Amino acid sequence: MKQFTSNPLYKFILFPIGQIVVFILGAGITLSVLVILLAYIFRGSVTNLDLVERTLVILPKVLIDGVTIGFVYATIALGYTMVYGVLEFINFSHSEIFMVGGVVGVELLRYFDAQGTLATMNQYVVITLAILLGMIIAGSLAVTVERVAYKPLRNAPRLVPLISAIGMSFFLQDTVRLILGLTTGEFNVILPKFGTFDDFQTFTVPGLAAPVQLQNKTILLIAVTIVMLVGLNYLVNGTKVGKAIRAVAQDRPTASLMGINVNLIISITFLIGGTLGGAAGVLFALKVTRLDPFVGFFPGLKAFTAAVLGGIGNLTGALLGGIVLGLLESFGASYLGVFTQGAFGAEYKDIFAFAILIAILIFRPSGLLGQTVGQKA
Amino acid sequence: MKQFFSNLYAAINKEPWSYIVTFGLMIIGSALVYATPRSLTAFLILLLSPASMYFLKMNNKVKLFAGLVLAIIVLPVLGIRNIFYLEVIFQICVFAALALGLNIVVGMAGLLDLGYVAFYAVGAYTWAFFGSKQISLLHSVPGAAPANAPYFLENPNWFWLFIFLGIGLAAFAGILLGLPVLRLRGDYLAIVTLGFGEVIRVLALNLDKPINITNGPQGITPIQRPTLPPALLDALGRVLEPIVGHPVTEAQFYNVFFYFLALAIIIIAVIVARRLDDSRIGRAWTAIREDETAAIAMGIPLVKMKLAAFASGAAFAGAMGVIYAANRTFVSPETFSFLQSIGVLSMVILGGLGSIPGVIIGAAVVVFLNIQVLQTFSLYLSSLRQSDAVIPIINFAWRNLSTQLDPAKYQKLIFGLILVVMMIFRPSGLIPAERRKRELAGEEEIDEITE
Amino acid sequence: MSKRLNLVFALVIVASLVLAACGGGAATAPKVIKIATQSPLSGGQSLLGVDIKNGAQLALEQLSGPLTEMGFTVELAPYDDQATPDVGVANAKAIVADPAILCGVGHLNSGVMIPSSEEYHAAGLAFVSPANTNPVVTTRGYKEVNRIVGRDDVQAPVAEAYAFNELGAKSVYIIHDKTAYGQGVAEFFRKAAEKDGLEVKGFEGTEETANFDAIITPLLAANPDVVFFSGIYNQAGVFFKQARDAGYEGTFMGTDGMDASGLADLAGDALVKGGGMVYTSVAGPASAYPKAAKFAEDFKAKFGAAPQPFAAQGYDAAAVCLKAIENAAKAANGEIPTRAAVADAIRALTLEGITGTISFDSIGDLPKAKYFIIKVNATSGAEWDKNEIVAELEFASPGMGE
Repeated sequence: MKQFTSNPLYKFILFPIGQIVVFILGAGITLSVLVILLAYIFRGSVTNLDLVERTLVILPKVLIDGVTIGFVYATIALGYTMVYGVLEFINFSHSEIFMVGGVVGVELLRYFDAQGTLATMNQYVVITLAILLGMIIAGSLAVTVERVAYKPLRNAPRLVPLISAIGMSFFLQDTVRLILGLTTGEFNVILPKFGTFDDFQTFTVPGLAAPVQLQNKTILLIAVTIVMLVGLNYLVNGTKVGKAIRAVAQDRPTASLMGINVNLIISITFLIGGTLGGAAGVLFALKVTRLDPFVGFFPGLKAFTAAVLGGIGNLTGALLGGIVLGLLESFGASYLGVFTQGAFGAEYKDIFAFAILIAILIFRPSGLLGQTVGQKA
Repeated sequence: MKQFFSNLYAAINKEPWSYIVTFGLMIIGSALVYATPRSLTAFLILLLSPASMYFLKMNNKVKLFAGLVLAIIVLPVLGIRNIFYLEVIFQICVFAALALGLNIVVGMAGLLDLGYVAFYAVGAYTWAFFGSKQISLLHSVPGAAPANAPYFLENPNWFWLFIFLGIGLAAFAGILLGLPVLRLRGDYLAIVTLGFGEVIRVLALNLDKPINITNGPQGITPIQRPTLPPALLDALGRVLEPIVGHPVTEAQFYNVFFYFLALAIIIIAVIVARRLDDSRIGRAWTAIREDETAAIAMGIPLVKMKLAAFASGAAFAGAMGVIYAANRTFVSPETFSFLQSIGVLSMVILGGLGSIPGVIIGAAVVVFLNIQVLQTFSLYLSSLRQSDAVIPIINFAWRNLSTQLDPAKYQKLIFGLILVVMMIFRPSGLIPAERRKRELAGEEEIDEITE
Repeated sequence: MSKRLNLVFALVIVASLVLAACGGGAATAPKVIKIATQSPLSGGQSLLGVDIKNGAQLALEQLSGPLTEMGFTVELAPYDDQATPDVGVANAKAIVADPAILCGVGHLNSGVMIPSSEEYHAAGLAFVSPANTNPVVTTRGYKEVNRIVGRDDVQAPVAEAYAFNELGAKSVYIIHDKTAYGQGVAEFFRKAAEKDGLEVKGFEGTEETANFDAIITPLLAANPDVVFFSGIYNQAGVFFKQARDAGYEGTFMGTDGMDASGLADLAGDALVKGGGMVYTSVAGPASAYPKAAKFAEDFKAKFGAAPQPFAAQGYDAAAVCLKAIENAAKAANGEIPTRAAVADAIRALTLEGITGTISFDSIGDLPKAKYFIIKVNATSGAEWDKNEIVAELEFASPGMGE
């Protein structure tokens, strides 16, 4: 058994994928059981329609929606949590890195569209190129931002880099707007239509009356994020760089004494966080079809919440937090209206997410998977 | 450059010169603002006089006297002459009070609060709900209010009581938020307060159903203001009319009235913050800020102290909220967004975390930048673009400048840049906290002794 | 280093002095009249706010001829209200403190307009609103506050009547954007629907701009005949596309916030598939109204992009200002008129604008608002002029309310 667990195939591929599946199943089943129970309890109070039936009809779609957006949150949350792990600082401008990645990716697609080559090229090649470009630009932007706005503040009081990050966030938003304004004159960045990403794959699940429908782009989004998460897991736990990152996160001065180039490792951390954010941006754009310079704020906020929910500084925690938050939001938004007869509805989904967050933090003050660490500095 | 300024400072920081500079600025500034009520430079010169009052060595009684004359006579009179300045100063007062309150939580107790405007909202909606017609509209659809609904409170002077009620409710909200989050540290606390701020805003936005409490995105209007005695207004109006050059309307008197009210809150806030800073509570907060574990070991009641910080910080916001609602006669959820919280936080940090004069300066700088300097600059550019002017040498007509390059569109960009640059070159703020200075001085003394 | 720095400073100072001299020349010309605009020019709502300003600027360039002939210099003073009441009120005070400003155009958000207009009212400065549909804006009965858009309580019954009578819808799902505008129209739509017996299967507000899954899922389960979205096109377009992709087959309906070619860019063929999409508008489509078409062309030539919703209204609001100042100046024998005279002139005026015939009743509303129901035939922004009018409905303004 021990031999098997130290097998790299298991350690770096099967285990993380298994972890993701367990997280999804665990959170999904818990919430499903909860809403079905609630539906049975409240069914008497509703007269003209069967609450249980209504609950069941939308359940598969609610689950899929939740998992999809959960993966987006998780990918962005990894950026927050890695930086936090290394520097203990909330990188507020990460949501703008995410936005820039998405905008760059979509602009590439629009460029192909304007050239007339978009329709003729293989759709998977095109989207891969867009994701890669988004990753490169977002990653290098993240490193630049770190060098310019955070590095001089390494030893300042904790709130100082936070304000610098907030300033950077404003700056990036309007810079993107300025560039878009000067080049395209547009404010909306609209995804051109291409390929078969909008089409549905239909799966019949035994026991369910209606077949489950999955959009191609949803499948692509989930597949790409899983590949990235597995890759990140390998990078952090299986390589020397990863070891150095973990060392810096644990104890910066000692790591530096051990001959680790701390500044380089911090830059690499920002690079990794930025590339993940950039990829998430392109995938998000594929899903929602429109971006603007201010689109990063809410996903960023949610992803940050997810990172805290899972236990900030903890990579697995960010993944779990993202999935849990995505599912919670999806369930809350879809079922609040069903159960309260429209008195409360989807507009409370943000409150719902935050309320759950507060509730979880009361019972586990360091997040779901966070260890209670001693106070640092 | 730096040498020049420090020499200059040393030269004017002596007995006769400090008085001459301060009163000179005050008199010249007032005269300039009076003569050219729309000049930005004149207003800046006038605003320099309180700054010189603060920085230069002078007899404290003279300082106090000059400050009072400036605040109670000069500013209101000039403000009535150009009502915009009064608004600038009123907003500086409002945000300075908010920043002072937040400074207690963040600067003194070291608890990062990213949802501070929630308490401001609690105060504002308290008076908005009771001081308007909302209670008789609980079951009507937002936007379809019958025009003849009665006010809930017939006498608008209940306002005075509601200032205290606002303080109480906001403090209560602070305790309510504080209780569950006490066990959290640092960044967990930040995200929970951020969440709380959002929760309050979303509630204000959505509690128009099932019962219409907040009127949703439409906001509550009209909200009553306390009555001003007509006899007094008449008398003052007759005195002021020849001075300001036009008849003084009731609306202008209300502006002056709210300015005084905000000023009173600031003065109280400064006194309270000062007293707190030097009290046992203040020292307990410092201890918590510096090292929580050590503070517990020293026997500091952590729970009580954190709650006290949350409650007293929230109280200022509550009071200001009530005044704000009455001043605007309108509240809507837009005022209480996350960006406002960030704005107030950046005032605190820009001015100097934990420093009372710094925080006030921070609020003044941000407000001034936001509603005057950038605005003026962009208006100037816009008038250039409409004229036939050209940039000399390169012979570029302003008219051809791309409409995308309008500075008014990029206020946030400039603001963001200023924040970053400030943090890199002066991270302890414009006026660093007194206690830090004292601590540093203390260390030097110790060094001297050991040497 | 410091020497070089000093040199840079000196250069900057000299340069700014030169610029100031150049600019000053124009600014100190005799008889300057300014028209202020207030709208969000920065931040997330700047998309619409900038084009209100641009519309007004275009009007100023094209229509200030008569005033220039009378010897006046007309200038635009654009202010950024940042979509926040605080900044709006501060700007309002700056505006009323500038004696050269005789009339104003603004705002985008009713939440900013209502407190700011208290200042305009106090100073007697007339403002013409290009976008505020909230009834409260005019029902306070201020002489200075006017608007050239229909009210929420007019537009919504128009849309509802069309859905119920013409489309024969039995059920509707109402979605709004949680702004004063969107929610206002949505609430009145619901009221009208309930009166007619049109079943309201859902009523949701959302601030979401990207991911609408949480709304679409219950929507699909309810499967209404019509989805009425009350809001602005850049949110609605994304929603329409996502809902159509997810399998919704019924008809989409929208408010005048959808009147922008960007809607078709965003939603693509989601607008023509299934039950298609219709929206209400006070401005006819470009093809039927040559004046509006010319405006769109000129706008694009000047600002490099198609006009957003309310840009045409911004143009007309500025046109109202210019015409009123001209009338008042004539009455004052060619002198600069008083603000009160301009405010009176606005109420007395009748003007053929690009959004229709403009005149004002005793509280500053359009006495009769004419609405077109427009069916979208475009699948991209370039085809926007293919849209056709399917109905014209006229409603009288409800005045001071019930």
